[in-house]
Amino acid sequence: MAEPMKVRATLKGDTADVRVLMGHPMETGQRTDGAGKIIPPHFIKEITVKLNGRTVIEGQLSQAVSRNPLFSFRLKGAKVGDKLEIGWLDNRGDKSRTETTIA
Amino acid sequence: MNEFRRAVLKRAGASGALAAACAAGLLRPRDLLAAGWHKDAFDAKSLAEALKSLGAASPAESKDIVIDAPQLAENGAAVLIEVTSNLPNTKSIAVLIEKNSFPLAAKFDFIEGAAPFVRLNVKMGESSNVRVIAQAGGKFFTAVKEVKVTIGGCGG
Repeated sequence: MAEPMKVRATLKGDTADVRVLMGHPMETGQRTDGAGKIIPPHFIKEITVKLNGRTVIEGQLSQAVSRNPLFSFRLKGAKVGDKLEIGWLDNRGDKSRTETTIA
Repeated sequence: MNEFRRAVLKRAGASGALAAACAAGLLRPRDLLAAGWHKDAFDAKSLAEALKSLGAASPAESKDIVIDAPQLAENGAAVLIEVTSNLPNTKSIAVLIEKNSFPLAAKFDFIEGAAPFVRLNVKMGESSNVRVIAQAGGKFFTAVKEVKVTIGGCGG
């Protein structure tokens, strides 16, 4: 099961500084386990950031993004109380979605 | 709705029906971008191939793309990279690690409301140029920064 995301959104002037921590192994498919067997790739492929229901950022990722990815984004024209929604989808079809309000 | 979109995409093929649908206002270009992960570009094994797949075969060098990355990274498993584009109307930012087996690490599309800025951690197998491609005003621009890695982040 997907671990919950940690999101922090703070307003600086009219720009929201959004930090997201996604708990995910981000396996490259290039590593081997103790027995020499290749560990299959397992990584987040797509992320979406929505502000008040409207998509503002769409990201596509590869295996090269580090384990437990940490992203920062900046959203202009954001206000206190705006609804922020972040979601991801990985190569196995697992999904996670979280909602927060800008403080 | 989603099924309709898939059906349209499937049938469009090389027939140009897709372009016609766009022109008719049935589909906004962004819907098409959102239709999936850019497999060709992510599967590319060389920088040139990846750039070609992104449609950015010969981007212009630009000082308006600012890459903040360490000169020396001790651990290639997590190298913090910050990218800001000061190019007007920046629509997307792609981050490529030139010497990784698959150079394209990530691509972000910024839709109205998002600043063309991103900070992320990437894995680097060895010392390499970090190349950023930004799309702005229908053109592609690029900037590069070298990062030296002490311990690679892709091995067992």
